[in-house]
Amino acid sequence: MAEFMLLLHENPQGFAQLSPQEIQNVIGEYGAWRERIAGEGRLAGGNKLRDEGGRWLTGDNGDVRVVDGPFSEAKEVIGGYFMIKAADYDEAVEISRGCPHLRYGGRIELREIDPIHD
Amino acid sequence: MSKGELPRKSPQDVRGSIDLLFRRRAGQLTATLTRILGIENLDLVDDVVQDALLQALRKWPYSGVPDNPTAWVLRVAKNRAVDVLRRQGRWREKRDELERSILPSVDAGLVFFSDELDDDRLRMMFACCHPALSRDAQVALTLKTVGGFSVDEIARAFLKTKPTIAQRLVRAKRTLRDNEIQLAIPASDELPTHIDSVLEVLYLMFNEGYSTSAGDDLVRADLCDEAIRLAELVAMHPVVGGPRVHALAALFLFQAARLPARVDAEDELLLLDEQDRSLWDRMLLRRALEHFRLAARGDEITAYHLQAEIASYHALAENFETTDWVRILDRYDQLLVLDPSPVVALNRVVALTKVEGAEAGMDALRQLRDEPALQTYYHLFAIEGDLLSRLDRKEEANAALSKAIALAPNGPVRRYLERRRFRVPSNVY
Repeated sequence: MAEFMLLLHENPQGFAQLSPQEIQNVIGEYGAWRERIAGEGRLAGGNKLRDEGGRWLTGDNGDVRVVDGPFSEAKEVIGGYFMIKAADYDEAVEISRGCPHLRYGGRIELREIDPIHD
Repeated sequence: MSKGELPRKSPQDVRGSIDLLFRRRAGQLTATLTRILGIENLDLVDDVVQDALLQALRKWPYSGVPDNPTAWVLRVAKNRAVDVLRRQGRWREKRDELERSILPSVDAGLVFFSDELDDDRLRMMFACCHPALSRDAQVALTLKTVGGFSVDEIARAFLKTKPTIAQRLVRAKRTLRDNEIQLAIPASDELPTHIDSVLEVLYLMFNEGYSTSAGDDLVRADLCDEAIRLAELVAMHPVVGGPRVHALAALFLFQAARLPARVDAEDELLLLDEQDRSLWDRMLLRRALEHFRLAARGDEITAYHLQAEIASYHALAENFETTDWVRILDRYDQLLVLDPSPVVALNRVVALTKVEGAEAGMDALRQLRDEPALQTYYHLFAIEGDLLSRLDRKEEANAALSKAIALAPNGPVRRYLERRRFRVPSNVY
């Protein structure tokens, strides 16, 4: 069974206008999706990435340049990631397809983990 | 009496759907933070509350819902409030109050707020229903800040545009600021006027939710839930509560109990005579009766008492035929003295017809026929149509029902009337 990483790209302001009730409904949808794949033993982990305080590091002629960003004001950031288990890309796509993220304007970058030992 | 005596049932059960935690917490948090930060900072408070909920939305999908979601949201909101106070240089001054108000519930891991925090909601409600505001503004502001409804949801419930509601809220907040209205239970000399205002807002809120006039179904069910919850909150308060408020709560609950039977499987409207009474919510009826009993303590009989009593006769009748129309008519007569409005008079016609027959009903209706307030009210023509059809004046009946259909506020009501017209002559009430 291969492992896949779902990088959830999103607009951090995308939900700003939702009502408390709608916010709760959306949380409920994510929860249901999460529980379903966890119940199938396919969820291998996941974390939210902090919005603030990110840094870009760039090599600069033997030096390292550090600048702040990406910012939560950006149009799109990686909000967080999930790790899932799936037989192949087809199955991973099927699992990802159900993620509520896609219903709320987010994009998912799906990448297979390439382990050192095949 | 203590709160425990009333048969409790969480309001979301009214429609048996998901827990209303976020909406309710938003209202409670807003009230408490407004007390601490000051009503002039209401916009900031709105931002703090919304931000705390959005944090949950962006985090919980990855980690799952924390063991104590309320405590989690409170902690985030509190941190945001601290940021605001620091920015304003008021952190030292307000620190104790903030710690006292929010931290204990977080530390104890309590899911419910203390009575003091319930009081915050009451104070907030009095501020939102302040007589300096127009009725429309009072309703919108109460829903937004006390009820946790969004601008969009309020707009959907009242069939207004979002900018209209947003404008209304901006103006209302400005009025509160300009008049330096405080978050407080009004002093005893002002209390009666202010309570009237609160009760009228709740009445409008419930009616909008209950009526089939327009708007989004789910939001309307929430309006009913919220009106009931706030009415009970006011009713149980030792200072501001009282028989009149219990009467209002009883009225709401009697009505809400019938909601499950009001539409058929195809979502078509069913009126009292067609409803399956076994679907009425017994739990809500019990709660209604309890409030009704408490409403009888005291000497005053208000319009809310009479309306609740009328609703109780409907709720307690085994079936439509055995409804106590004589008593209902008598209460409408009394109600008309307290509230001589054309709509009350029109509803009285229905009861009069049941007691004295269609002829008498028609006589009474004739006097209302030219009432300006009723000219665009479909109900007038629906009743007229039914009376005429009972008197076997088929063509006139059809014309009246057609008029009612043209004025029908929405699909279900229109289709209901069309079915009636199709069945003329028939027995309606």
